[in-house]
Parts: sequence; C-alpha cells; structure tokens
Amino acid sequence: MNETMDAAVGKPMDRVDGRLKVTGGAKYAAEFPLPNLAHAVMITSTIAKGRVAKMDTSAADAAPGVIKVLTPMNAPRLPNDPSYSPGGASGRPQDRKLSVLQNSAVYYNNEPIGLVIAETLEQAMHAAALVQVEYKEEKPALNMGREKKNAYKPKAANQEPTDTHRGDITSGQRDASRRVEQTYTTPMENHNPMEPHATTAVWDGDDRLTVYDATQGVFGVQNVLSRIFALPKSNVRCVSYFVGGGFGCKGSVWSHIPLAAMAAKSVGRPVKLSLTRAQMFGMVGYRPQTEQDLMVAAKSDGAITASSHASWSNTSTFDEFVEPTAAVTRILYESPAQETSHRLVRLNYGTPTFMRAPGESPGTFAIETAMDELAYSLKMDPVQLRLRNYAEVDPESKKPWSSKSLRECYKVGAEKFGWDKRTPAPRSMTAPDGRLLGMGMASATYPVRRSAASALARLLPDGTAYVQAGTQDLGTGTYTIMTQIAADALGLPVERVRFELGDTEMPETPVSGGSQTAASTGSAVKQAGLAARDQAVQIALADPSSPLHGMSAADLDVKNGMIFVKAQPDKGETYAELIARQKLPKIEAKIQSKPGEEKNQYALHSFGAVFVEVLVDPDLGEIRLNRIVGAYGAGRILNAKTGRSQLIGGVVYGVGMAMMEHTIPDPRTGRIVNRDLGEYHVPVNADIPDIDITFVDEVDTIINPVGAKGIGEIGITGVVAAIGNAVYHATGVRVRDLPITLDKII
Amino acid sequence: MHPFSYRQASDEQSALSGVSGQPGAAYLAGGTTLIDLMKLDVQKPSQLIDITPLPWTKITELPGGGVSIGAMVRNSDLAHSEIIMTRYPVLSEALLSGASPQLRKMATTGGNLLQRTRCYYFRDITTPCNKREPGSGCSAMDGYNRIHAILGTSKHCIATHPSDMCVALTALDATIVTRGAKGERRIPINEFYFTPGDHPERENVLEPGELITAVELPAMPFTGRSHYRKVRDRASYAFALSSAAVALDIQGGVIKDARIAMGGVGTKPWRALDAEKALIGKTAGPDAYKAAAEAALHGAKTHKDNAFKVELAKRTVIRALTMAAQKTA
Repeated sequence: MNETMDAAVGKPMDRVDGRLKVTGGAKYAAEFPLPNLAHAVMITSTIAKGRVAKMDTSAADAAPGVIKVLTPMNAPRLPNDPSYSPGGASGRPQDRKLSVLQNSAVYYNNEPIGLVIAETLEQAMHAAALVQVEYKEEKPALNMGREKKNAYKPKAANQEPTDTHRGDITSGQRDASRRVEQTYTTPMENHNPMEPHATTAVWDGDDRLTVYDATQGVFGVQNVLSRIFALPKSNVRCVSYFVGGGFGCKGSVWSHIPLAAMAAKSVGRPVKLSLTRAQMFGMVGYRPQTEQDLMVAAKSDGAITASSHASWSNTSTFDEFVEPTAAVTRILYESPAQETSHRLVRLNYGTPTFMRAPGESPGTFAIETAMDELAYSLKMDPVQLRLRNYAEVDPESKKPWSSKSLRECYKVGAEKFGWDKRTPAPRSMTAPDGRLLGMGMASATYPVRRSAASALARLLPDGTAYVQAGTQDLGTGTYTIMTQIAADALGLPVERVRFELGDTEMPETPVSGGSQTAASTGSAVKQAGLAARDQAVQIALADPSSPLHGMSAADLDVKNGMIFVKAQPDKGETYAELIARQKLPKIEAKIQSKPGEEKNQYALHSFGAVFVEVLVDPDLGEIRLNRIVGAYGAGRILNAKTGRSQLIGGVVYGVGMAMMEHTIPDPRTGRIVNRDLGEYHVPVNADIPDIDITFVDEVDTIINPVGAKGIGEIGITGVVAAIGNAVYHATGVRVRDLPITLDKII
Repeated sequence: MHPFSYRQASDEQSALSGVSGQPGAAYLAGGTTLIDLMKLDVQKPSQLIDITPLPWTKITELPGGGVSIGAMVRNSDLAHSEIIMTRYPVLSEALLSGASPQLRKMATTGGNLLQRTRCYYFRDITTPCNKREPGSGCSAMDGYNRIHAILGTSKHCIATHPSDMCVALTALDATIVTRGAKGERRIPINEFYFTPGDHPERENVLEPGELITAVELPAMPFTGRSHYRKVRDRASYAFALSSAAVALDIQGGVIKDARIAMGGVGTKPWRALDAEKALIGKTAGPDAYKAAAEAALHGAKTHKDNAFKVELAKRTVIRALTMAAQKTA
C-alpha cells in the first residue's frame, strides 16, 4: 500500500495562506514587533574602488535617538571574517564574500561601509545622512568591453562544465550551406522583489541568535551565521514564514544579515535592518551583463551541422559568479559538432547572483534568436527548423530524457496560437489599425533539480495532521502544494492538514532556488505522509481491538482519515479512533528524501514552446504585446491554479527582460543611476496581454516521487527570444542587444 | 530624511505667513514630488505648511468662455472633468497619460506645475548637479543621458521637465494665478518657466513664499480639436521620451491657427512657436505636419545617449497633429 489516491494534488486549490495575506496577517521579516526593538540603517559607499580613509560620525553620534554608529574603524571583530580573502571562491551561494565592516576596502559603489542604530527608523535615517566619509579613491574597472582582454576561465559554470567540445566544428561548417554568426548582449538586471531584503536579529545571551529574515533558504542563513559568529548551528535559528518574492536574490546570505546580528549584539537589543530600494542595487546580487557569440551552421534541409556558443559575463573583483548561458545550447538541439565556453570579466560592481533561470534566460535569448535568424536564412519555418533538429536524447551526455514533451508543446502551442496564419516575410502582416503585426516563437527549457530534503508528518488525536518542513514560500504557493501533497499521502482532506514551514527548528530542506522545492521538499512531504500513514496502518493491524486486526496492509486504503478494507469499504476505523484507543499522543514519521541514481541514468529537463504576437507602431516604434501562448511539459502540475500563476509570472518576468529591464551604471562611478522602481522599469498591467498557458500531459515516474519537474523558472525562458523574433517579423529590425526599446527600432 | 515640523494651513493668510520670510519653510500639496525628494535628502525643508485644506478645489467657467482651475484640484478630478474633456481634451489626455491612478489622485494642479526633474543625478545627492548645488557641475552631460533634454539646454544643465500636464497647459496658453507678498500676479505659462542657462537652480518666476492659487485657460474655440500623444518606454507609468500637445483650427482644409508644445525633450514644457507658424495657412496634411516637426526640433542639441529623441520627437509631433486633425472641432 504505497500509492495514494490523488484527491487534492493537481486540483486548482486556492492558496491556504491567501486570507492571511490579504488581511495583513502574514508576518514578513520586518514585521515582528519585538519588545525594545532598535532600528538600523546602512551607510553605503559612493565610490566604486578604494578605501574609506575617514568617517566623521560626530554629528550622527550626537543626533537624537542614536544608540550607536558602527564603522570599519569601530565595528566588533567577528570570530570568522567573511570578507574578501584571496583564494578560490566556491561560487556556492553560502560562501559569498561579505562586506561587514571588518576592513575599510571598497570594491563597488553602494557597498555597506557603516551602520547607524537608533530608537526609530527615522532617527537612524537622519543620522546616517550626517556621517561624513572621506575616501582614498582608485580607478575602478567598470566597462566589460574594455576589461574583456583580462577575461579568465572559471573552474565551473554553476555546477556545469565551463567549456564543452564535441565533434569537428570545421568539417561541420564545411558541410553547411547556411551559417549564422552573431553577438547577443544582455545588460545587468536586478530582481526587484516587492519585499526588500530585511532582517530582524535577536540575541538571547551571548550565544543564542534568532533572525527573522526575508530569505529563500533558512538553513543557509543558519549555516553562515553560525560560522561567522562561531556558534553551534543549533544555537542559531532562522525564521522566514513569508517572503515577498525572491527570484534568486534572497538565495544567498548577503552582508546585511550578519550586520543586523552584529548590530543587535553590539547594542544588546533586537535590531531590525531593512534595505531601501536603492540599496538593493549592488549588495544583494543582480543578473550580470553577458556577451554571447553564437554560431549555428546548417544544411539546406535545416539539419544543424555545427554550433558554438562563447559567453562572457561579469563578476565582482572579489568573488565569483558565473552566468551559465551556454549550458542551454548544449542540450537544446542535435548538433554533431559543438563548442561552448564561459569566461568571466572582473568589474567593480557587487557580486552577481542567480536570477530567475540563471543562464537559461539570457542563453535562450541568444540561441533562440540565432535559430530564428537561421530559419530566415534557410527560408524555413522556425518551428520546422526546430523539429528538424529535435534532440531525441540529450545531445551532450547522450543520456535518454526521463521525459520530454517538446514536440507536443510545439504542436499545441502553434495550434492555440494560430501559427499557420503567419506569413514569414518581415513587415508582411498588419493589424486593422495599421500597426505592424509580428509573430515569433522560441523554445523554453529548464533543468529538473532535486536535493535531499526532510519532512515530518504527525497524525493527531483529533483526526487532523500537522506536517512541517523548514522550506520557504516565496509567494509561489509552497504552503498550498505541500498541504495538498500531505493530504493525499495521509489520506486526509486538505482542511484537516496544517502545513508549516520557514524555520530552522523544522526538518532541514534545501534553498528554494533552481525550481527544486516541489521536487525536493514535495518528495519529502509525500514520503513522510506515507510513512505516518503506514505506521497507523501497522498499529491497527497489530491491535486486536481494531476491526482491521490481522488483515494485510495491501488490502487496505485510507480516505478521509479512515483506514478501510478496499473490498469492503464500510469496514475500518478512523485515525482518531485508533489513536484514542491506543492512548497515543500522536503517530509521527520524520524522513529524509534523497535523489537516487536517476540523474546519472537520465537527462532531466522541462521543455516548452512560447508564441508571441506583437503590434509595432511603424513610426513611433512602440512595441505592444498582443497575446502570448505558452505550452509546457513540466511533469506533474501539483496545483493547476498556482501552477498557472507561476508560469504567467515567469512569462511576465520574460516580458520585462525583453522590453525594459536594464540596470544602468554611471560609466564613471559605477553607481546605478536608475535605482528605483520609477526608472528601473518592470512591466505594469498595461504592458501585459492575455497569456494563455497550457500544460501538456506528462507523466514522469523517473524524476522523483511526486513526478513534478519544478515550474519556478521555465516560464521566463524562451519569452525574450520569442518577443525579439516577433519584433523582427513585424519590423524587419533584428535587435541583438537587450532590452528591445523603441529607440532601437525606429 | 531630515527632521521637519508640519502644520496645516487653515486659510490663505496663514499659509502665506507660514512660508513668506521663513527660510526652510515649504508648501506641501499632494506631496508626490516633495516627499519623494525629502526622502532622498534632495530637499530638506525644516517646516512644511500643508495647503491641501485651502478651498481652491473648483473648476469654474469664466465669463468669456475660459475656465479657472483651482490650484488644489487633484489631477484625477481635472482629467475627468466634463468641461475639460469636451473643451480641452488635450489637457485631459495629458493628465491621464501621466503617473498612475494613485498618484493622480494625490497630485494637485498647482503642485504639478512645480514638478521637479527626474534627472538621475539631480536625485542623487552624492553626485554633482548644478540644479541642486549651483556650481558643482553637471553629471548628466558626460554621464548616462538617454532621458535628458535636447531643447533649451545649457552647458550647465540638460535636465528634462517631466510633466505631461504642463505641456498641455503650455499649448493652451494657460495663465498661472499666484498670491504673494505683493498681492496677486497673473503669469502666462510661457513666461513662468526659465530655461537653465547659467542658473539651472532657478526654474520659474515664483518669488519665495509666492503661492499658486489657480490656473486659467483662455477661451479658444478650436481646442476641441486637440490631442496629446506621449511616447514612453512602457505602456503606462513612465515619463515621456517625447510627447506633443497640439490643437488645430482647420477651416476648409486649411490650417488657420495651431498650438504645439512638446514634452520629454525640453528643459521646460516646450512651446514650438516656429512650428505653429509653419502650419498656419497650409493645407492640413502630412507635408505641413512634417514641415512643422522639422521647425519644432530646429536647434536640438543631443548628447551621447539621447540622439534618437530628435527623430522621435518629430514623429510624435506629426502623429499628434494627424490625430488632432481627425477629430471633429
């Protein structure tokens, strides 16, 4: 008896935390009203390279309400300094080099260099503005083009090989009749979740620390803080019940988290530290700029004979992050000969980080635009070209796919979109109002990831269940899907399952990143639920007073909290009856769920196809999206409603990346000039057309126990290229430098 | 943000006496610019006199056909006013193309006239800016200047005037009515703003403590045939890359009179008088509009990132004229 009836999983269930959120009852990191709370405000650098020579804090010290001003000169020394130290950076998010006032070096503009702690937020803000800073300034490296000559080869590209090489490129090119060779560039972009990063830190004595943090990974925060402050892990607790969006920037521990803890310790009071929107441009990561050289060569029938993808992205001068843009090119199409590479350029900006589909977002922009250019060069339909080069197995590893429904996605997407109505020539279609109409498409893909995760399921005497895992809900619906999974595993209706998350006191789970929460924590929750249910069944079977005594587990099922005989459904008893008779406080199972050999035997990926229609004003260049159709094969969709929302959100993120997002540094100071939401544009409602999302049926029994592939990131992939390809179809102008703004097409 | 005191004005006199002769005091209306700039430490008033209780909230018809708009009329109310929508559609359209519904609900007519530039460097106190700190230099000139002005610039400042409403008011020859130490003043909008010249810190003719009480629109029989066209980087909630407010008097296919003002390209709401002259007496149509657009952008001076604005602004003017001409007068 280990299969469950899926009464809840898959259903379009409303968010279990929806009411809390709309009534303000959901507490975010900056909303814990602790007694005696003090407020901290960061002072940040205004140069990109050099040293803090002097900080005059006299006016700030004397300002009303100020408790303490911390600078590199007076800040407490930390037991383990996470600042820059020469030597290899692992690139793992938990190993970021941080700026926590342990030295006076400045590596980028807007870097933390001081902290004011005051009775109120307003007093702290005021005092922070009174601090006078003198620098010893050095000339920063800010321009990727200029520094590209110093590019270096990193050891890995976000856990993937840095470079790959297969087949013979030269002979592949010789066999080709058409070849596209282009450079595609993407700018720095910032995540801009609605909720800014925030940490509230409380010490209990000298050696017990609790932080309420806006994070995608409570256990990462616990790890790093315990290391920095030399505390046993069990003495550090991180709580994160609700997160107002992350998109990757809350996946790492950044400087403000240990700074809040340092401040709280230093003043002997709980301290709250929130970033301002402007402070989110630099110290908490961003998507690095990329430069990607693509080559795709094909025979006249469209068969690709050779391809290459050479990518450059920037990292900071003191730490390493690789945007693995070329990884997607390795797996997307058959290409007997191929070379890919990643190189890094060190610049005086903060360290970049994971941003929604790191690698795949800018990578699919490049390869899927190049494919469109190749289709035009071959005079071939873009969908046909992709089908002609369909990868039946992973072209790089030669491993079979655990499942792949991309062919179905092309078909369903094209049909729903009406792709057959497209006339291929640029500027050949117009809307009734005279605007140019363009249709474009692209493939979408994202890897399936899974990490070890634990969960606990507890059946209670009142017939309800309490289930927990330390994981996070970034607003994606984790609370809801875990409730559904647990309910089905336990054989309970969802109303009788309470699921809790967001606390290092709960079973350990991985960071909510890489679209892995459903696959990792979902599997753990399912297995914990099944284990608790099996325990209950075993107790019943062994209990002479149970109507089920002496039967075989295989003959039983559980539904609505009732263990019953499959062949005789009225024979059985409820969990509550069993627990009462046994006088048990609970029946509980805690398990750890781990990936197995599947990753070594199969290639694990989600795939999809995006179709976009744009309308372009022929004179003014205004690009408006008319409609978007996306079809995805992403394994089991655990909740039809939150799943669809996830995909819509991903597509909207892609719209932003395609058409407006652009973090703009001043060329002389490296200071981000558009560091607010008025000037850093993300899409508004008026920019977003009807988005039609279809999940094609895909049953994958290999990937993980819940059969889910993860849908946090695939939505953004492909969208950018599809929009660019539609703009080309509408206007005949190919924009290879993001974002696609009107000045580039008039 | 620096500490400040706050007081509500009970009447006009208490407002005037609260700010006149009080260095550091400032009027607070909708606050959509001022509070923003206070948070950035760009403006540091020590005292705010809240003038929103003042009764200038009416839109009234003037004898002779004009309209008077109280300084406290909210942008949203003005945009949806029947008389503005029918007689001066260009103004309603301009207002509705600006900001967001929430901001329009707060922003006032008087306050919008005094909106400050969105120049990145003006809003960042760590960088030199002649407008914020006279003589410190202009960071935009050699910085990132895609959103900056191409008309009316000086070697000291290239900041763009951000308002949509003021562009429409400029096309409509509005009069700004003020009250100050010397009593009432009536200032034509075309004499209200300064171009930066050697003193970018001086943006308009208001004396310290002088308070805007109303805006008057003259009777202009042809403004029913008027239009505002705004071009920006996203479909809503973005400042203009270029915009045009136009009104056309067309009789028998011939342009008898015209008004053209431009936004997003000038250091102040930019009246294009030469472009208007180029239209008068011409047959309404593409040739005339193109000639007007050329005249409107005559003398434009571009910088590294904003050269595209010249062509874009021309096309915006042409589009606005084309659309206005299609309206029935």
